[in-house]
Amino acid sequence: MKPPDAPTGSGTGATATRVIPIVPVSKATSGKSDGSPELISLYEKHRKIHPRSVSGRFANWRWVMVWVTQIVFYGLPWLSWNGRQAVLFELETRRFYLFELVFYPQDFVYLAGLLVICALALFLFTAVAGRVWCGYACPQTVYTELFMWIERRVEGERHHRMRRDAGRVNADYVWRKTLKHVIWGLLALWTGFTFVGYFSPIHTLGFDLLSLHMGPWEAFWVLFYSFATYGNAGWLREQVCKYMCPYARFQSAMFDKGTLIVGYDTARGEPRGARSRKQDPAALGLGSCVDCSLCVQVCPVGIDIRDGLQYECISCAACIDACDTVMKRVGYAPGLIRYATEATLADPGGSTSLRKTVLRPRVLVYSGLLGAICLAFVFSMWMRVPLKVDVIRDRAMLSRIIDDGAIENVYRLHLMNASENAQRLRIDVSGLPGLSLPEGEQLAPLLAPAQAVTVVVHVHLSANEVLAAGSHPIQFTIQEIDAHDIRVLEKSVFLVPR
Amino acid sequence: MSDTDFFNELWTYFIAIITVVGMLACALLLWQQGRQKVAAHGDADNTTGHVWDGDLRELNNPLPRWWMWMFYLTVVFSLGYLVVYPGLTTYSGSFGWTSAGAYDKERDALEKQIAPLYAGFTAKQAEQLGQDPEAMAVGGRLFLNNCAQCHGSDARGSKGFPNLADRDWMYGGTAEAIRTSITDGRNGIMPPMGEAIGGEDAARNVAQYVLSLSGRENDPVRANLGRSKFSACAACHGADGKGNPLLGAPNLTDRIWLHGGREADIVQTIMQGRNSVMPVHKDRLTEAQIHVLTGYLMKLSGASEAAAPVASAKP
Repeated sequence: MKPPDAPTGSGTGATATRVIPIVPVSKATSGKSDGSPELISLYEKHRKIHPRSVSGRFANWRWVMVWVTQIVFYGLPWLSWNGRQAVLFELETRRFYLFELVFYPQDFVYLAGLLVICALALFLFTAVAGRVWCGYACPQTVYTELFMWIERRVEGERHHRMRRDAGRVNADYVWRKTLKHVIWGLLALWTGFTFVGYFSPIHTLGFDLLSLHMGPWEAFWVLFYSFATYGNAGWLREQVCKYMCPYARFQSAMFDKGTLIVGYDTARGEPRGARSRKQDPAALGLGSCVDCSLCVQVCPVGIDIRDGLQYECISCAACIDACDTVMKRVGYAPGLIRYATEATLADPGGSTSLRKTVLRPRVLVYSGLLGAICLAFVFSMWMRVPLKVDVIRDRAMLSRIIDDGAIENVYRLHLMNASENAQRLRIDVSGLPGLSLPEGEQLAPLLAPAQAVTVVVHVHLSANEVLAAGSHPIQFTIQEIDAHDIRVLEKSVFLVPR
Repeated sequence: MSDTDFFNELWTYFIAIITVVGMLACALLLWQQGRQKVAAHGDADNTTGHVWDGDLRELNNPLPRWWMWMFYLTVVFSLGYLVVYPGLTTYSGSFGWTSAGAYDKERDALEKQIAPLYAGFTAKQAEQLGQDPEAMAVGGRLFLNNCAQCHGSDARGSKGFPNLADRDWMYGGTAEAIRTSITDGRNGIMPPMGEAIGGEDAARNVAQYVLSLSGRENDPVRANLGRSKFSACAACHGADGKGNPLLGAPNLTDRIWLHGGREADIVQTIMQGRNSVMPVHKDRLTEAQIHVLTGYLMKLSGASEAAAPVASAKP
């Protein structure tokens, strides 16, 4: 299965525009040129990829990311804070605890802000360094990495696995495959359990699991996420990125000539070919590529990076590590495959500096936007008042005149304590002269941490005030008695009858 | 055009046929496409040949075969779905599922879940529930969800909807009477009395008399004229105008006016009658819930006028 020799070959080649060849790795192009067109199915049979293990600089980075992300993911639910789980999203009571903060569904805007930040960060990272998210931090990559590590431990290196898969089913095949799936299953179960532990207190959940008394929904979601992990990281792997992932596709749209990609230095590498270590490649008319095909063997998505930038490439740099190892062994300079921009690859002379191509206006604009929105986000979190108030006017009764001639409107105040401390709240009303709350309604009942209460209040407009019939804007002020900075203003209207 | 234009049985067959034929057509298409072979695109650029904006092209990568199996799976799923759930004509599905049944099931599950809480409340008399803060919290929530739409969040009512926070009860303020009002509802009918008392002018006289009953400002001459006509009202409201809780006839000698206490309001009430409905709640609330609501209302009306906090959500 030899890839076509001209990596940038786009067929016609008449135009000056360089066409990035996006070609599936193979397609039985070899042999057969007897005129009769070869017939293929509309659907592609899945070819299993057996990536070879790789070590090196970028492989180490990938493992660092695996450790960091997984320690955070598996560890976070077990942290305690103020005597409860530090990170817990309670869907039933609709309280979302994040260390010191208590969020209500009304705080949805912060989630929206977070998503905007994530999107801009993705734009920025993609503009600078292509699909680094895919290669290093995406859960699909990280779990695939873990699952492949288990696979390698149990089944051996690439050639062992390929031989086993091609060979007959024997005892060795059965026990190794069984063991692999059992370990995969256990890891997947733990992952599913951890995930559900973000939504249902994990200590209770663990106890329920051990005593086999898990609720039906918890059990369903644990199994669901386990199955998703097992299926995605064990079986689907690169197909998720190739066929399902929308980010993979729209990230490609954010590439330009200044984006760092995993690139093969065609000018230096070609023409490729095997040679003895003693021979001078220049004398043989060969480039630096010794055509060892290791870059293809280590690729988790099964492409040949020497064909140029391809949509499947997740920028994991496994081929860089593999190639650098080989270059070192044969005594050539490393970097035949390296993180480079299209601009620098096309201009091997080196007048285009890498730094200059990376620091282009698009990157600066993204950085500026991201920085600004991060600042705004932090600022608004800092200024966030841990008290929420909804004022709901009674609709059945517009207004009534009470004994002393005052006009009365009735409101429901929904007070939500979004903090870890009890709150004593004073209610004031303003906006019209002669507006008052009756005695005994100016103090809300003590709010326990994260508690919400509904209070009914009567607002009176003194009989001495003559106002036009209709609606008048008023304002409720809810003030925590012991803390000046906890204060919420909420608008409403007061109706005066005809 | 009536409902039956749309809901006769023929249309269910029409839909069923479209559904089944559509599913089979999908399966056929999948089968046919799975077998079809096309010429390999060779070593060309692997695009569909469409070019937009000068250089945008569409890749022509084949779909993985397992993806097609997922399409088959959807066909199988939909067939299975139509067997177990209602979908084809009037067939009710092997699970016997109905939306009303699903609602009843959820409701039963909820009632079972809250039964232990209510067991503590039903063990007490409605009059005693006022001392139980938890019962009052539950009662407050029930009130806000079921009663406040008409009677107001503070239960003090509005025009046409009685105040439940005072001591005046049209149908009696005992636990039994309140319970009956909630459970079975009430139909408060004041018939139009215009003809019986002899026209609008007579009605105005009667209104003046009614105003005098509660000691309000009135025209004594007209009130005196109205007194003779009041016998027509006395059948329900009593000769002394103090009302009759058995009939729900309100007391006319106090200062509480459900439908307005101005002369014009009273004349309108006499001439056109009033028709107030308290809806039936026995299908909406359980007996235990009605019991707690009764206790809540007795506390509200009996105790002070200060509105306590009425609801609190679980922290």
